[in-house]
Amino acid sequence: MSTHVPESESESETGAPEQTEEQIPAAQQRRLAKKQERSDQREQRAESESETDEQTVHLKVFRYDPEVESKSRPRFDDFHIPFKKGMTVLDALIYSRDHYDSSLTFRHSCRQAICGSDALFINGAQRLGCQTQVSDLDDPVRIEPLPHQEVVKDLVVDMEHFYEQMDAVDPYFRDEDVPSGLEEQNQTRENREKIKMSTRCIWCGACTSSCNIAAGGNYLGPAAINKAYRFAMDDRESDALQQERFETIEQENGVWRCQTQFSCTNVCPKDIPLTEHIQELKREAVKSNLKFW
Amino acid sequence: MYKHDVIVVGAGGAGLRAAIAAHEEGADVALVSKLHPVRSHTGAAEGGINAALRAGDSWEDHAYDTMKGSDYIGDAPAVETLCQDSPEETIQLEHWGMAFSREEDGRVSQRPFGGLSFPRTTYAGAETGHHLLHTMYEQVVKRGIQVYDEQYVMELAVTDHADPEERSCHGCIAYDIKTGELNGFVADGVVIATGGPGQLYAHTTNAVAQTGDGQAMAYRAGVPLQDMEFVQFHPTTLPSTGVLISEGVRGEGGILYNSEGERFMFEHGYAKNDGELASRDVVARAEVTEVEAGRGFEDDAVHLDMRHLGDERITDRLENIIHLATDFEGVNPLEEPMPVKPGQHYEMGGIETDENGATCIEGLYAAGECACVSVHGANRLGGNALPELIVFGARAGRHAARSESVVPQIKTGPSAKIEDSDVESPVALGLDEESRADIVADGGALLDATAEDVVTHTLEQEQQRVETLMERDGVNHAEVRSDLQQTMTANVNVFRNEDGLKQALRDIHACRERYRDVGVSDPSRTFNTDLIHTIETRNLIDLAEVLTLGALARTEFRGAHWRQNFQERDDEHWLKHTMVAWNDGSPELYYTDVILEGEDKVYEPKIRSY
Ligand SMILES: Cc1cc2nc3c(=O)[nH]c(=O)nc-3n(C[C@H](O)[C@H](O)[C@H](O)COP(=O)(O)OP(=O)(O)OC[C@H]3O[C@@H](n4cnc5c(N)ncnc54)[C@H](O)[C@@H]3O)c2cc1C
Ligand code: SF4
Ligand code: FES
Repeated sequence: MSTHVPESESESETGAPEQTEEQIPAAQQRRLAKKQERSDQREQRAESESETDEQTVHLKVFRYDPEVESKSRPRFDDFHIPFKKGMTVLDALIYSRDHYDSSLTFRHSCRQAICGSDALFINGAQRLGCQTQVSDLDDPVRIEPLPHQEVVKDLVVDMEHFYEQMDAVDPYFRDEDVPSGLEEQNQTRENREKIKMSTRCIWCGACTSSCNIAAGGNYLGPAAINKAYRFAMDDRESDALQQERFETIEQENGVWRCQTQFSCTNVCPKDIPLTEHIQELKREAVKSNLKFW
Repeated sequence: MYKHDVIVVGAGGAGLRAAIAAHEEGADVALVSKLHPVRSHTGAAEGGINAALRAGDSWEDHAYDTMKGSDYIGDAPAVETLCQDSPEETIQLEHWGMAFSREEDGRVSQRPFGGLSFPRTTYAGAETGHHLLHTMYEQVVKRGIQVYDEQYVMELAVTDHADPEERSCHGCIAYDIKTGELNGFVADGVVIATGGPGQLYAHTTNAVAQTGDGQAMAYRAGVPLQDMEFVQFHPTTLPSTGVLISEGVRGEGGILYNSEGERFMFEHGYAKNDGELASRDVVARAEVTEVEAGRGFEDDAVHLDMRHLGDERITDRLENIIHLATDFEGVNPLEEPMPVKPGQHYEMGGIETDENGATCIEGLYAAGECACVSVHGANRLGGNALPELIVFGARAGRHAARSESVVPQIKTGPSAKIEDSDVESPVALGLDEESRADIVADGGALLDATAEDVVTHTLEQEQQRVETLMERDGVNHAEVRSDLQQTMTANVNVFRNEDGLKQALRDIHACRERYRDVGVSDPSRTFNTDLIHTIETRNLIDLAEVLTLGALARTEFRGAHWRQNFQERDDEHWLKHTMVAWNDGSPELYYTDVILEGEDKVYEPKIRSY
């Protein structure tokens, strides 16, 4: 990938203008509206459903275990479980495991969209199991491991590559002259607001899994670039260090590979405007006259 | 076999801080964690970190609030250490780049929290724990500290001297979740930082991984567990999932209503001065009382309303709450009040340590929620756990690296005993006659052997244990775990009485018996979560027993521990710590002194009113 995307063009193409002070709340409003819409739908459905008696959910769950002969050929298992109002996909998986098949394997922990361990491919989209209401989905609910990652067992994928990409951007705060003792490195509210969304990443890997480009080669991927953004835009790091960060994300496997397809932004469970962040970094890179590939 | 100077078990806030501290002391340190570090439950913390940072506030005031909050069962040297070290540790996080919320002048923001006399809760939106966890993990990466993730630590490698105070810890055994291999880890210092045991309860704010493994392992190795009966029930959790609605909501002005539209905290006199901002135990009891009086919603909840704060303020400071309420309860809090009820939230008790994180076993340390230095006593103030992680995590790390030798004021181990207790239990505690071998301390191994020998011996024992579990075709652990959670929720909850506690002990005993027949049905070595959950369940059984036993013995009302028939705090008899030690498989209950003498003052017990 070596196309030069001029600043103006990239804006019109993506329809994602640079975030300005007033627009941040607008973006939040949009997200909130989306949530409200979903919860309204849920309510409607719950109302219509409460008229029928015992409801069941039909899950089709991907199974694979290289070690166990009967499971070494990938297949789907069906589970029919009683539906309860408020049930999430994760609840449904736990129910299936605890009541029907204790070997059913998946990662999960927090049940509240913060640990990032249960990103799955649910009815054809990357989502967190714990954050997805069963009632929002068409029956049967098809649950598969994240695409583009090696399957370890059942719904568990190997995350090593994802972690390596995160490591590749020097994902830690660096500054040479941090004040001593109780003195703080002051940060403006505006600057904190600017990096806020980027700091929300929970490393679930949904974005990378949804990205065609990340699937093929060694593209850093949206999560790692977002991590770089988080530090590059933090005014507490010195200008020289920020410049170094631009160099990292500008490399061959960096921002220029992004084709602004928005798949990452669409699936991110923390609503991080990933594509916007990547576009903004491209612009910054152009501004600072760095070479691009 | 892996070898390091210091092994930190668990990579939440406490573990990461301990590892960084040990590394800064020059030790070769490694983190061993059943979850990848960023998946640790510290990430779920919402409200903030208490630290006396501003003019008008002081560590002394913070210490006073904490002692009062603890209902005088905190130890003053630990509490004062917490409050003295917290400002520096908190600003350290700022120096590491943590994205704190900011004041107009660019300094970190602070807000009011329950039970605090000054708005000293430093925060990053309503996702403080997420930022804290990630910031510290970043520093671990920066320093190149070795992380063994998805390694489940099953047991500690400890010598089997008869007296726990003569034992030493030489490492631990972990199951490599991805490969199914058991690994031995040899180290001079082992820091346990495995978090709390929230999974003891059916309704909890805690993650599924919070199974108290570290506490159970330390207990079986001979370290007493302290004050486990003090369990914090958070007053505002979502009824269907247990997901937490931060105290920040009340801190910012959120109001609690019953179904009659009354602001009951004031109108029914539960906390005439502080209302919604009274201590958590006070609010949790008030809610249950309202529901039991028929003034609840759906028979189990009350309403928390924040609409009057205005969309702007809510979006600015509590945006996360909007997402939580919508995703997990289907309620939009900008438009309607949120239903809330109390849920298990925090275990005040834990592995007995001194101010340096040291236990009575040489080389074994603990920090974070799994530990009990005794800063929270009978009731933890909101915003006091995160400073505990960084303050005592750092101290435990430094001490495990053996670089400091400050004489601690808090004494640990059986020699701190002041008296025994013989509480009348309805069942033979800990015992399950037919298969004692299965429940007897498994850690103990070889007197005076080399470190490698002790670890190798424990490794062999654990291999045997895994074989047995894998070969046996029997009861599914999930059934046993669910029974255990049900009885704890029914009988050892916000309100407690003698019959209920005795019933719980009987049920726990029954769980222990059933556990004898537990078997792992997944034959695979790869990512065998069935096996891990089975081992965790055993840990939960041991902890449930310790907790319930302590609660049955404590015939008074203090902090989070409420007893029907004992409606007064009884300082004359109960100003002391509950200890339960593993004595050849039977829990032994005894008491130690509470230390109310601080650096230059004595904290006189006062009536706790808010
Ligand atoms: C929803 C919620 C909100 C909270 N909000 C606040 C707040 O605002 N302010 C505040 O002060 N406190 C808050 N608390 C309390 C505080 O967050 C916790 O007490 C604290 O984060 C615990 O941290 P920890 O490091 O001790 O353990 P954890 O973060 O739970 O980490 C435990 C670690 O141990 C590992 N582990 C566990 N068992 C094993 C094993 N067998 N082998 C290997 N590794 C193992 C896990 O993988 C994990 O890495 C909150 C708690 C909850 C649940
Ligand atoms: S950016 Fe979003 S989708 Fe990607 S890893 Fe982070 S939280 Fe997950
Ligand atoms: S279980 Fe933690 S993100 Fe879903």
